Amino acid sequence: MSVPLTLLGLLDREPSHGYDLKRDYDAFFGRGKPLPFGQVYSTLGRLARDGKVTAGEAEPGDGPDRKRYAITETGRREVESWLAQPAEPEPHLQTVLFAKVVLALMLGHPAADYLDAQRAAHLRRMRELTELRRTGPTVDVLLADYGLFHLEADLRWIDATEARLGSLAELVRTTETGKS
Amino acid sequence: MNDGASTTAGRSGLPSAEPAPPGAARGSMLEARELFRSFGHTPALQGASLTVAQGEVLAVMGPSGSGKSTLLHCLAGIYTPDRGEVRFDGRRIDTLSENQRTELRRTAFGFVFQFGQLVPELTALDNIALPLLLGKVRRRRAYETAQSWLARLGLEELGARRTGELSGGQAQRVAIARALATRPAVLFADEPTGALDSLTGEKVMDLLVSTARQEGTTVVVVTHDARVAACADREVMVRDGRVAAGYGAAAAAR
Repeated sequence: MSVPLTLLGLLDREPSHGYDLKRDYDAFFGRGKPLPFGQVYSTLGRLARDGKVTAGEAEPGDGPDRKRYAITETGRREVESWLAQPAEPEPHLQTVLFAKVVLALMLGHPAADYLDAQRAAHLRRMRELTELRRTGPTVDVLLADYGLFHLEADLRWIDATEARLGSLAELVRTTETGKS
Repeated sequence: MNDGASTTAGRSGLPSAEPAPPGAARGSMLEARELFRSFGHTPALQGASLTVAQGEVLAVMGPSGSGKSTLLHCLAGIYTPDRGEVRFDGRRIDTLSENQRTELRRTAFGFVFQFGQLVPELTALDNIALPLLLGKVRRRRAYETAQSWLARLGLEELGARRTGELSGGQAQRVAIARALATRPAVLFADEPTGALDSLTGEKVMDLLVSTARQEGTTVVVVTHDARVAACADREVMVRDGRVAAGYGAAAAAR
């Protein structure tokens, strides 16, 4: 989650105080990890320095910062372009699992058992998310869905890999033999 | 008289009860021991063992052809294994006659399949009342019960509709109502959401599991869909006709 771009996006709705931005950030994107005030104001400071937001005059009152921030045209263009740009599809977990499977086969360890253990761990997490999905508010449902679909994709990969363990083991074996 | 008031023991419909073996797991509802079953020369089960606890919702997963559906059919007394034992509520059911197993399935088990279990020419209400009527429940009582099940599954408006005219999700809800209306001890489901889109499938699965839990019904659901399995308490993997290591025993504490 990019904090600067998210705050910039929140400012694209309407000019806001740092406090309001933090509140909305925590409500929608914090997921139990509130954004520290310090980070809000340092981020807003950098965005102002880069010409993406402007800070209004300090308003009278208590609190660390009573400035109203507004997005600039540059900032708005950045938000637009960020939203339009697809996120990098990262097959991160898959590469970790792939490395584990290949190493297990090389070392003569039970790769199928490792895949089973991974499947069980994935399904445990899916059960938690399914429960959250059943009982949680809409924002949680959407986030749980996101997690569920990703875990499901991993599980498909686990199933496919398990079905191909024989040929993968053969490949690993012949490659190893060729080297020695 | 399957009017919903009977107890689990009374539902088993077993004519001669063989006592549970001393080592039987407490609270185990279904148990398969070393099941073998072949179709011609093709082995489907090759030593499958499994225990399902009372009230547990168990997902049986595995690739196509792994034997998961055959395992379900053996547990439900539809097939008899070539070798091995199947126990329901502590008693052998694989040694029963065809008639006794038919009676057992009618009185103690409920079934939800991917599709095709409803009579398309009958209304939703008739379909739900049917197994009750076959169980000699009086007509009025059967229809009252069926009506209440329609309501429980949010189908009040559709009672008079022929099931052939229902959407896939509606038809599966009728099938769940029909399967649970006889208050079975175990509900067997084979790919119950296989013909539905994912959102409808989730709603159907959620209804199936939550209703079965309210009833205290044990559920065995065969699925290849991880999202369906995630609705269960536990999953087992069937591979090459066996339950994969580390999966067979019922959950220790739930």
